[in-house]
Amino acid sequence: MTQPAAAAPPGGPPAPGGPVGGPHAQYGPQAQYGVPGSQQQPGAEPPPIRRAYRRTDGRVLSGVAGGIADHLNVSDTVVRLVFIGATVFGGFGVLIYAALWFLMPLEVSTGPNAPGLAAATRSGMRPETPVPPLHSAHKERRKEKNRGQLTAFAVVAVGVLLLLNVAGLGVAGKMFWPLVFAGTGLALIWRQADEGQRNAWVGKAPTLGALFGKGGWKSVIRVTVGLILLGTAVTVFLVQNGRLSQVGDVLVALLLAVVGIGVIAGPWVHRLSRDLNNERGERIRSQERADMAAHLHDSVLQTLALIQKQANDPRAVVRLARAQERDLRSWLYDEDDTTDQTLSGAAKRAAAEVEDSHGVPVEVVTVGDCELTEGLSAMVRAARESMVNAAKHSGADKIDVFVEVDGDRAEMFVRDRGKGFDPDGVPEDRLGLRHSVMGRMERHGGRASVRSNPETGTEVRLEMDR
Amino acid sequence: MTQRRVVVIDDHDMFRAGVRSEIGASVEIVGEGADVESAVKAIAGTEPDVVLLDVHLPGGGGIEVMKQVHQRHPDIKFLALSVSDAAEDVIGVIRAGARGYVTKNISGTELVDAIGRVADGDAVFSPRLAGFVLDAFSGAIDIASVDEDLDRLSQREREVLRLIARGYAYKEVARELFISVKTVETHVSSVLRKLQLSNRHELTRWATDRRLV
Repeated sequence: MTQPAAAAPPGGPPAPGGPVGGPHAQYGPQAQYGVPGSQQQPGAEPPPIRRAYRRTDGRVLSGVAGGIADHLNVSDTVVRLVFIGATVFGGFGVLIYAALWFLMPLEVSTGPNAPGLAAATRSGMRPETPVPPLHSAHKERRKEKNRGQLTAFAVVAVGVLLLLNVAGLGVAGKMFWPLVFAGTGLALIWRQADEGQRNAWVGKAPTLGALFGKGGWKSVIRVTVGLILLGTAVTVFLVQNGRLSQVGDVLVALLLAVVGIGVIAGPWVHRLSRDLNNERGERIRSQERADMAAHLHDSVLQTLALIQKQANDPRAVVRLARAQERDLRSWLYDEDDTTDQTLSGAAKRAAAEVEDSHGVPVEVVTVGDCELTEGLSAMVRAARESMVNAAKHSGADKIDVFVEVDGDRAEMFVRDRGKGFDPDGVPEDRLGLRHSVMGRMERHGGRASVRSNPETGTEVRLEMDR
Repeated sequence: MTQRRVVVIDDHDMFRAGVRSEIGASVEIVGEGADVESAVKAIAGTEPDVVLLDVHLPGGGGIEVMKQVHQRHPDIKFLALSVSDAAEDVIGVIRAGARGYVTKNISGTELVDAIGRVADGDAVFSPRLAGFVLDAFSGAIDIASVDEDLDRLSQREREVLRLIARGYAYKEVARELFISVKTVETHVSSVLRKLQLSNRHELTRWATDRRLV
């Protein structure tokens, strides 16, 4: 059996799942959808190995401290203080930090997706249209964060310089400026490599130059400046040691060596990177297939099995099929899980509950939407009560629910084509309509009216100002 | 009444067989197709009154079928039949020329009804489609660019659509508004025309906003 790749580490920090569920477990939340009645298999798989990742969001320098904090489940401030302490007393902090920067992989962010549509588009079942994703707000935040990081870099650089000064590590005189230049240059290049790696996750895989990623001219400038600084450091060092005359020879020799290695290893490196990309693409596809299979297994196959078992009970079969259809639909087509926050989401959920518990299909059509206020959730509860009444008493084989938000007013209609009743003839002690529907609406400042006759069935109209 | 001649286009054999057994007694099913190519061929060979068209089809989808057929047989009517709930698909197939949109769990008699209505040149709106249209035509629009004829629903059309969205049949809508069924059909056809011809940028933007990918 294929298993859901995105089983999140229970109770763990928001760190990504193990290496398996890593970069492309996009269907995480959905993979846990199940049919009502189908149980999850407990403990069927070992918990994934937890690894520490450098943070991509909310990092000050390179995300090392944040990543460790996430991993150990402590505050990142504590980790940062420990680093600072280790730096001040003995100077190990910087070394450890640099080593971790080098060793810890970048955390990968995951995004939701709608596999059904994508799959239909891929197989040519839908007309192809490009998707324009908009991330303007995102960019804004990135910019702000970058400024913070720049400041942090500057502060760290000054700190390192001061430290060297205090320690008297050859800073006096010759070594000072070469070290400054080389340090800054290396930091820039490393930083860019980070960026490249992140872009590689986010976007398509770059074929060559993991260094530049998709950063555009900025990344080129960063790397160039870094290289120039390194070159300056070397030159200054050579000049100070009076060996400038040899620079030419050294450069030529170096150049020849680089070209030689490039010629020898170039094709091989190219093929290697291409193979890696292919392999990764293949892995992503097979993961998607596994996710899909897992979902189908947990939901559709289970339901089909249940249906076969209850084949002699048509009502149960219809109920199971409807529940499964709804589940699959929401998995394939629903944009996001806003069920708890919006009027239409709440209405759909109420309808689903009624459908499940009473076995009568409830069709919900919504026009417009708005946030679910207290009054509106009272209206949804009243509507739910009306649906239950219709399902229980009307004998109709279908209930239509219409939700409309227009300007400042929200309306809901619950309609059945059942046998109807006399609204005035409802006895006082019957709580359903009078109390749960009419009374509830009036208490929250709304209105409710009922129309019913034996030919056309019943329609309950609920109205409330937002 | 002569039987309507119908072609059924769907890539699932099971579904075509189901439709055939459900409505085969009331309409004459003259052809079937499983993808764009076979669909176009079947339609061109039989020239039916109505084509029952699946939205998702191998080879470019139902929209592609309509595009190819429409050039040579502009009078053949299409009724879209799909399980898709994606607004983009629904609106897209209507704007490409379908005279109506119903979901696959429609009952046999309702489907025969819908086929007759489409064959007579009227439009068929399911509650869901009515909801989508109301949604798409709501909201403000730049006054200067409004084509009064196409970009707005009249008060009456809006009322008709709201009732359809509430689950009312055309007959019930007529009784509710004290108008004839014929008038209801006129209103719905007019809405369909607006939906197909309006340049209202909201239509596109709205569909894009509802995009799920």
